[in-house]
Amino acid sequence: MALLEVEKITLTFKGIAALLDVSYRIEKGQIVSLIGPNGAGKTSMLNCISGRYVPDSGSIRLRDEELLDVPAHRRTRRGLSRTFQNIALFKGLSVLDNLMVGRHARMDAGILSSVLYLGRARAEEDRHRRRVEEVIDFLGLSPYRHQPAGRLPYGVQKRVELGRALAAEPELILLDEPMAGMNLEETEDMARYILDINEEWGVTVFLVEHDMGVVMDLSDHVVVLDFGQVLATGSPAEVQADPAVVAAYLGSQDAAFLGR
Amino acid sequence: MQGTCGLFHTSYASESQLLPTSFQRWRFGLFFAAYAFCPLFLDAYDLSVLIMIHVAVIGAVALNLLTGCCGQISLGHGAFVGVGAYASAILSGLGLPFLLALPAGGLVAACVGMFFGIPSLRLKGIYLAIATLAAQIIIEYLFLHWDGLTGGSNGMIVASPDLFGLAIDDEPGHFWLSFAVAALVVLAVSNIMRTRPGRAFVAVRDYYLSAEIVGVNLFATKLAAFGVSSFLAGVAGGLWAHYVMYVTPEMFGVGLSISYLAMIIIGGMGSVQGSVFGAIFITLLPEFLTFASGAASDVLPGLSDSLMAMKEGIFGLVLVLFLIFEPEGLSYRWRLFKAYWKLYPFAH
Repeated sequence: MALLEVEKITLTFKGIAALLDVSYRIEKGQIVSLIGPNGAGKTSMLNCISGRYVPDSGSIRLRDEELLDVPAHRRTRRGLSRTFQNIALFKGLSVLDNLMVGRHARMDAGILSSVLYLGRARAEEDRHRRRVEEVIDFLGLSPYRHQPAGRLPYGVQKRVELGRALAAEPELILLDEPMAGMNLEETEDMARYILDINEEWGVTVFLVEHDMGVVMDLSDHVVVLDFGQVLATGSPAEVQADPAVVAAYLGSQDAAFLGR
Repeated sequence: MQGTCGLFHTSYASESQLLPTSFQRWRFGLFFAAYAFCPLFLDAYDLSVLIMIHVAVIGAVALNLLTGCCGQISLGHGAFVGVGAYASAILSGLGLPFLLALPAGGLVAACVGMFFGIPSLRLKGIYLAIATLAAQIIIEYLFLHWDGLTGGSNGMIVASPDLFGLAIDDEPGHFWLSFAVAALVVLAVSNIMRTRPGRAFVAVRDYYLSAEIVGVNLFATKLAAFGVSSFLAGVAGGLWAHYVMYVTPEMFGVGLSISYLAMIIIGGMGSVQGSVFGAIFITLLPEFLTFASGAASDVLPGLSDSLMAMKEGIFGLVLVLFLIFEPEGLSYRWRLFKAYWKLYPFAH
């Protein structure tokens, strides 16, 4: 059984199809990449999975449970979390609090118990703080723990966002261009984090990325999207060799771009 | 743990304390103890100013929770204070003990506030400001025209409160009562802000899209912010009504809403401490201007009249100057001040 099954998803905006009959599967434990030229519908696809967009038809099943019936804010609890293409941190909160918000769905203190801040609310804070500290250690964020997230350098903010998604203890993490705007060193670090998340934390990764070198190196499986339709799926080598994919990217037979 | 060379936390609990160092705890404790003795050496007028500061602190902390922390602007808080004032006045008039009438008034205000908070799901920023302004106007209209309940423009008389058979009918009594309530409210909101619901409020303010992704229910969170905030505003109103012993519609006009906004802007948006500073500042400013014009009248007899006339103008001028020179508010200035003295004389 696949962890995530996307079946015949169609999403239209005023008659324009952003996604058309898109189907693919994400197996548990894999790193799956979604690639495609600009405007192919990659981020729309992630938005459908995370609940920002509601597709017109089709189904998305996580562990065989229909996801489209679940409101966006409840999907986190089902084991789904994501990062955004542009940094979407809570700028006024410290790094620590950003990650603590990441655990929102796993905590249950309500207003009344937190007003009193007695035994239970306090114990819950400590318990979740411990998990968050693990993420902080893993991502090397300890020097920034108490700094407001909005004032950190770009690369660190990207890492904090990854940390926030990780803090939710996801089974499936959706990463929307985690390497965008990063230099080579930062890209390598991020690639290492993604591999570690996958191998050590056992999180299945669904990656949208433009850096083909990264995609081909990291992925177990690649889904190529073009004009809202699935163009090809398969291992990185299969996709690289697919003439349709090459044509979509370059409009020619020159495969140098995809190969690197 | 406070060592000789710095502050080191050895547990998460010690780090999340509101007052982490023993110096802070001593400072607070001594200040509170000294402050509680104010009624012994201040006259009734000074105490009445302090009582109004306590009421303003509650209202400002309430509004800051909603506007500063959760990012939902409200121009209707003056009216929510009024709902709490009328509701608790009516309930205590019906014979409900004050200790029940006060939170009950808050609950009524919370319901009204949550009702008028419903548009916040769809409206943001200036549009929400207009929607809450509509709330202010509607509620004010009801105060004025629902004669059977509110007494209309004549207002209504409120009985002085009674705590466990102890009548609170003089300034010292009201000072201690409002001081205790204000301290509890500040503590409660500080607690909210350092736990899950408070972080959810800020998440909604800073980036609602990712707030939803981490599992925050946007609508429920905004409504909760409206609810808690109007509850506290209602409590402020209840205290105020029972202190002045009458309520009239003009006490809760849009001017009151604006002055609460001014308090949190001057104090510092999103800061509990800032709301306290802002409330003190805005309540004391007219007193100070009166005092200054009184003092000036000895030297320049003609000036005091014109100073009194310019009071509103000076008030506005101070607001504008604050926005220009201190956009982060008094709480930020206070942090800089503390950081300076911490390292004195090596302030680099």
